[in-house]
Amino acid sequence: MILSALFSVLFYAAFVVLVVGVVRRTLIYKKTPSPLVIPTTPAPTTRAGVAGRMFREVVFFESLFKGSKWSWLFGWLFHFGMLVVLIRHLRYFTEPVWGWVVMMQWLGIYAGMAMLLGLLGLLVRRTAVDRLRYISAPSDYLMLILLIAIAGTGLLMKYVWHTDVMALKAFVMGMMYFQWQPLPADPLLLLHLLLVIILMLVFPISKLLHAPGIFFSPTRNMTDNPREARHVTAWPARDVKTAEATRS
Amino acid sequence: MAGMKKPEFDVPELREIPVIPPIVIDAMAHSKPFVAKAEHQKPLGFPGELVDDWHDRAISKMDELLGKYRSLQVFMDACVKCGACTDKCHYYLGTADPKNMPVARQDLMRSVYRRYFTFAGKHFPALVGATDLTEEVVEDWYRYYHQCSECRRCSVYCPYGIDTAEITMAGREILASIGVGQKYANEIIAKVYKIGNNLGLPGPALADTLESLEEEVEEDTGVAVKYPLDQEGADILLVTPSADFFAEPHVDGLIGYGKVFHQAGTSWTLSSHASEAANFGIFIGNYENMKQVAMRVREAAQSLGVKRIVVGECGHAWRVAYSFWNSLIGPFDFLDESFPIPQHICEFTYGLLQRGALRINKEENDDKVVTFHDSCNVSRGSRMGDKPGGQFTVPREIIKAACNNFVDMAPETTLEHTFCCGGGGGLLTDDLVELRVKGALPRMEALKQVVDEYGVTHMAAICAICKSQFTKVLPYYGLGMDMIVSVHQLLGDALELGTEE
Repeated sequence: MILSALFSVLFYAAFVVLVVGVVRRTLIYKKTPSPLVIPTTPAPTTRAGVAGRMFREVVFFESLFKGSKWSWLFGWLFHFGMLVVLIRHLRYFTEPVWGWVVMMQWLGIYAGMAMLLGLLGLLVRRTAVDRLRYISAPSDYLMLILLIAIAGTGLLMKYVWHTDVMALKAFVMGMMYFQWQPLPADPLLLLHLLLVIILMLVFPISKLLHAPGIFFSPTRNMTDNPREARHVTAWPARDVKTAEATRS
Repeated sequence: MAGMKKPEFDVPELREIPVIPPIVIDAMAHSKPFVAKAEHQKPLGFPGELVDDWHDRAISKMDELLGKYRSLQVFMDACVKCGACTDKCHYYLGTADPKNMPVARQDLMRSVYRRYFTFAGKHFPALVGATDLTEEVVEDWYRYYHQCSECRRCSVYCPYGIDTAEITMAGREILASIGVGQKYANEIIAKVYKIGNNLGLPGPALADTLESLEEEVEEDTGVAVKYPLDQEGADILLVTPSADFFAEPHVDGLIGYGKVFHQAGTSWTLSSHASEAANFGIFIGNYENMKQVAMRVREAAQSLGVKRIVVGECGHAWRVAYSFWNSLIGPFDFLDESFPIPQHICEFTYGLLQRGALRINKEENDDKVVTFHDSCNVSRGSRMGDKPGGQFTVPREIIKAACNNFVDMAPETTLEHTFCCGGGGGLLTDDLVELRVKGALPRMEALKQVVDEYGVTHMAAICAICKSQFTKVLPYYGLGMDMIVSVHQLLGDALELGTEE
């Protein structure tokens, strides 16, 4: 029971850190101005075009595809494997489980393997290429290892050491509706959950901020129409006046 | 020029199949440009020498810039070190110095950002690669933020669009604000404030130059093509890089613009007040200076009472004009808004070509096989025409209209993938010649390939910096310095002057 309470508290805390941290960061991005029009051109000339560019960037990793085919392949396998795995996990959060989530259960297994394969590929690339070794900090390796461990423990529970998924679901639903239930004390499950909690905690203070960041990247989200529409932001007007006054 | 130059560094070999070099730590650690003196710093509003409290001033400047530029704030956070950019910078490919990999160049600042501005860097610096801002770090900034030509090539391949140019600009601005500016760029900006152009060419000298240009063209063609200066009431103000006023091959481009205006029958003028299209304010990343340089154009356009502004062949100048002028010195409600403001000379010429308003004898250029070098700022920081990618098609259409023999270089080195000439971003100075030669390697390899395969004799460009840079570095690679030409030279040479019989 202490274990269940501990994990519940950790999950609540991690959830708050994740949401507050990411929202705070996102608000900082939002309120920081982009004084000049700087899309990487050729760029769309309309808002709809920009939405299309962002969609291709987020869904297909368009720029990365141009940049590095191996990074693209492993990166895409990992991200979209993870997305499907997360969707598969919705069955722990919904009662009754949504129909389309039920239909995706079989796919989730392959997605888990794709995710793991992608992560291992990224780790091999990071260690094998001299240029990547040079730019990697310990945190860059640890992040991959953390994700590999999460995917690995998940797959192990599916194939080797099963856990009581019904009890787990009761625990998860209990947390959601504040009617706490015991958590099965399987070591592998506890490890899996602990690693997920760590991931949630580091998200807002790490490079995982690339997830919200991409949407605010001026080279990708600005419209190429500077001649047609005058782009003005507050600070340049204010600052330049002061600077000119102090100089003359 | 007799044979190849003998430099005091090894000129890279041109390979048939370029490969990514393995890293060589500190290969370019000795490269840095001359530091600006007080006389170059002060007119720009920067301290004359390294200030005593440089550490605190640098950090507070970084804090200020993080709040002023969303690009910097997002780019500091978003990088995941995927490595897609590591083999994209021409300076890395030419020097193998790992700090010339875009991500490593960014990390020079990112490691400091993490240390002072993030939770992880404050409490676990070793884990996330955070570092204190030390004298050594400042020196590295000075070296490697002056080994970036702000060409944006890396930003094409980054999954988050991280543009190292934005970080280089911030790095240079912080350096200048603590008293460590770059002599070349700052001296030039000061010259613009004092005289009106980068070359320090005063009004009367400019008038003389244009007068002799008129004589030369009349002698050549028998037609009195005018190159007017400060002509009030002209329709068009032409703002062009000052290199166009006398240096080869630039001036042949200016001759070409004049011929085009002549044939169009449009009245036009140059201005002695705005006798410079270049704007080195962008290179040093300083908004106020960029605005102050640009403001001369607005002032000239208003005092001359023109209806339109056309910009000559210059890469970064076109980026500033196209992308930034409206924000910096707009609105342009005093101009004729039925034309694009500003308009590129290539757009102007292309419009005439499309209307069939120019008669061209392509055979004039039959002694040439021409290729085109896409300039980085035009390709990745601007547009021409009304469709994305017009910056690629419009100049090519002009060349094809003027020449029978045109071939493109390898697709991974053109259009948005184009390689910088190696001298952009405020690095076109003799104290950086080794960097410039080595940085030109990828472009030289692509050029050599079409020279060998298709017998290319000339490479056209629409950028004053590219033209100067290639004139300088081509001989290092055993290629002729006169291979580089202006697009409007090709057109001007093939243009039939006079009226239809």
